Amino acid sequence: MDSTIVSILLLDGLTNGAVYALLGLATVLVFTVTRVIFIPQGEFVAYGALTLAVMQTGKVPGTVWLLLCMAVVAASMEAVSRWQHHRNLVAALQSAFKVLVLPAAIALVSVWAAPQMFPLEVQAILSAAIVTAFGPLVYRVAYQSLEDATPLVLLIVSVGVHFAMTGLGLLFFGAEGFRNPPFWELRLAVGPLNITGQAIITFICSLALIVLLWLFFERSLMGKALRATAVNRLGARLMGISSHSSGQLAFAMAALIGALSGLLIGPSTTVFYDSGFLIGLKGFVAAVVAGLSSYPGAMVGALFVGIVESFGSFWASAFKEVIVFTLILPILLWRSLQGGHSDEEH
Amino acid sequence: MSKQALIWGAQGAAVLALAALPLPDFWITQLNYIGLYSLTCLGLVLLTGVAGLTSFGQAAFVGIGAYASGWFTLNMGLSPWLTLFIGLAFTTASALLVGGITLRMSGHYLPLATIAWALSLYYLMGNLDMLGKYDGLLGLPGLNVLGWDIGQGRGFFVLTWAMVLAAAAGLLFLLDSRAGRAMRSLRNGKLMAEAMGVNTLRYKIIIFVIAAQLASVSGWLFAHFQRSINPSPFGLKMGIEYLFMSVVGGIGHVWGALTGAILTKLMEDQLQVLLPKLIGTSGSYEVIVFGIVLVMMLKFLPDGIWSMVQRKLPRPQRVADWGQAPALAERSKPAKGELVLDVKAIRKQFGGLTAVNNISFQINAGQIVGLIGPNGAGKSTTFNLITGVLGLTSGDVVFRGDVVSGKPSREIAQRGMSRTFQHVKMIPDMTVLENVALGAHLRGSKGVVSAMTRTNQMEERQLFKEAQKQLERIGMGQYLHEQAGNLAMGPQRLMEIARALCSDPALLLLDEPAAGLRHKEKQSLGNVLRQLQAEGVSILLVEHDMELVMDVCDHLVVMEFGTLLTQGTPEQIQQDPKVRAAYLGTEH
Repeated sequence: MDSTIVSILLLDGLTNGAVYALLGLATVLVFTVTRVIFIPQGEFVAYGALTLAVMQTGKVPGTVWLLLCMAVVAASMEAVSRWQHHRNLVAALQSAFKVLVLPAAIALVSVWAAPQMFPLEVQAILSAAIVTAFGPLVYRVAYQSLEDATPLVLLIVSVGVHFAMTGLGLLFFGAEGFRNPPFWELRLAVGPLNITGQAIITFICSLALIVLLWLFFERSLMGKALRATAVNRLGARLMGISSHSSGQLAFAMAALIGALSGLLIGPSTTVFYDSGFLIGLKGFVAAVVAGLSSYPGAMVGALFVGIVESFGSFWASAFKEVIVFTLILPILLWRSLQGGHSDEEH
Repeated sequence: MSKQALIWGAQGAAVLALAALPLPDFWITQLNYIGLYSLTCLGLVLLTGVAGLTSFGQAAFVGIGAYASGWFTLNMGLSPWLTLFIGLAFTTASALLVGGITLRMSGHYLPLATIAWALSLYYLMGNLDMLGKYDGLLGLPGLNVLGWDIGQGRGFFVLTWAMVLAAAAGLLFLLDSRAGRAMRSLRNGKLMAEAMGVNTLRYKIIIFVIAAQLASVSGWLFAHFQRSINPSPFGLKMGIEYLFMSVVGGIGHVWGALTGAILTKLMEDQLQVLLPKLIGTSGSYEVIVFGIVLVMMLKFLPDGIWSMVQRKLPRPQRVADWGQAPALAERSKPAKGELVLDVKAIRKQFGGLTAVNNISFQINAGQIVGLIGPNGAGKSTTFNLITGVLGLTSGDVVFRGDVVSGKPSREIAQRGMSRTFQHVKMIPDMTVLENVALGAHLRGSKGVVSAMTRTNQMEERQLFKEAQKQLERIGMGQYLHEQAGNLAMGPQRLMEIARALCSDPALLLLDEPAAGLRHKEKQSLGNVLRQLQAEGVSILLVEHDMELVMDVCDHLVVMEFGTLLTQGTPEQIQQDPKVRAAYLGTEH
């Protein structure tokens, strides 16, 4: 193995690692705010890539109809729970309308826009919007009423959501895979390296998103509210921060990050309805490196996972998944030896 | 007992006799699969329902059992009855590895590790040449019992279901034993369990290994039932399905595992026919329904289908057969007046905050010492430092002549220090008697194997006799068979004291035992404390209720802002202007 191969593998690993970093961040974000270990994070990735792929063909993506269905379910749940609390029909309908309005608007725009064959960038933004709208709805439908359950129960719920979302992915996208066109057809030869425009976009997007997340959590009131919820839910609730809206916001951000990741990887690999799972889990391994609690840690972990994966596929391509996922054991061993993780009574 | 055994035996035989009925072969095959699933789910009941841990990787352990047996029978020509144990050995080793690493950490790392574990094992099975890659291993031998090939039908049914029923009975016996009570105490955090002397890490690892072994046996049966294996039934999806079955059936109940396996198999068969027809194309759409059902179950019926059956069943009361059992050995107690606890300048800092600042006091045998002070004075921290829940920043705790500071709470408990909790910690779905018997954990020694084989009965009787004795000692004799969760606050606190007494302590530490008690209950608590003192027990009491403290204590230690304000007899403390100032404020 010479330095050329090493540099090619490094670049490849870092590009993938940048996407895993985003997913790792989303995982940490959701876990700290809601204590949900969000296994279906990867489904957003697949949904994002496939939604764009279907739009490319000029058809209305199935996710739009799914979004509408979910919104109707969420809205009726909202109405029922409001009704049970206040016995006020107007208030119940109002809150249901609030849940319904944004997803419905996005769906309408998509139905109108899909056959118009807008440029790729517009379609990408629309796809991201569709998938992002799923975040709060998933939280509302599956998790919200279980907010006070143990992380274990929430984890099992996550698995259920993962099952349902994968199956629905199959239903709406079919079993065939899609590969999206690149956003930037650039090819730069720097010595032995072949840097694609897509790789550059991936880096820039990841970096920008990470900086935005940092700004959001450090500088905005809403970000601080989320951090407060992460530290102490009851305390945050007493300060008037609704744990419902914190959770929905966290899920919206996770969905957005998932959708963007999907758009970023779409041109470099063929995405199937169930591809998201493995990609998401690699982000997960990265998040575990960070003990599910630190954003910079998750980023470093993700780049590490990406590099291990690309070198793994060079040396033993059949076993690259084995290598990446077995990696979690030494990581956990290292974390447990570091100590400080004997938290009681979750 | 023998009557019970007879009923159980008859019910078991009735299940096995299903094979003799003229059921169509299709249903026998279905029941065989259900039996295989049930074995794995039984492990999950122990793991998730009892101990509050979980694993998505049980299918991987099934795979290890299947592949180990398959490879060794094909390549070494070994008998399947031998390769069963080879598979178990591989399974145990890998469970020890995964569990040993992750079970030290907080609860959600085990499921995460098992997900990764399941994935990597799946890809390993699918890519190794020696395991036939994704084609798997073909042409495995069937199982022989005494030279008779049991085939894939009725013979196999009898073997599988005999194993399922044996495993179920073993688990039921286990859960109703010293080791089982320790396991049931794991779900609510390790604080109480460790204080009772339970080695929580060891029990968690044991549970994980048992669950993995049940899965491995299921895999062994599966391999020699199908006669060919490939990686797909051992992937993560199947691992999740096992958890699904257990949750649907009732993850907290042994029979829930069987219920779940039956319902899931039947539902899956129906859905696989129905859904493609409904949707128009083929595909594994049943996962959509599974996912939604799983979420709905956790929302609306978290205890599973079996819990509804359980509610209808009569709750048999434990037969008190321990009257004649010999009493448990007691430890040598310190003579009256001897120094029991010597707290020397203990200090605890949390970052920049000094919660406990060089506190010193002593307790002599037969004394009741009260530790009082305003809220936030550091009483509970002091308590936790003495009992080993927290580590000291500096200072020493000497208990009966030995330095115990720095030792884990389990070891301190073993030396004869026993405690109660400010917020009652108990196992609500066990009876009062069983909860109290947990206190005598360290006075027994029988483990998992003797529990499963019921060779622990002598010790069990001794433990229950002790538990009953302690409950009667504090006037709770009428509550023996009540569910602990149904008790009012007062009796719950008394139950905790009985549980602590069950460990035969030289020093009893009570953390706010009167909190939330009514006046009458406080009075009877005072009587209990005085009675214990008369019997020679030394007590350290953290309490806010001044009436009780002044009434029963021989000596008081007053803390404020982490420091020792003063100490002395109740009369001296009541006169002390510093104490009055601390509690009531000063005039300026």
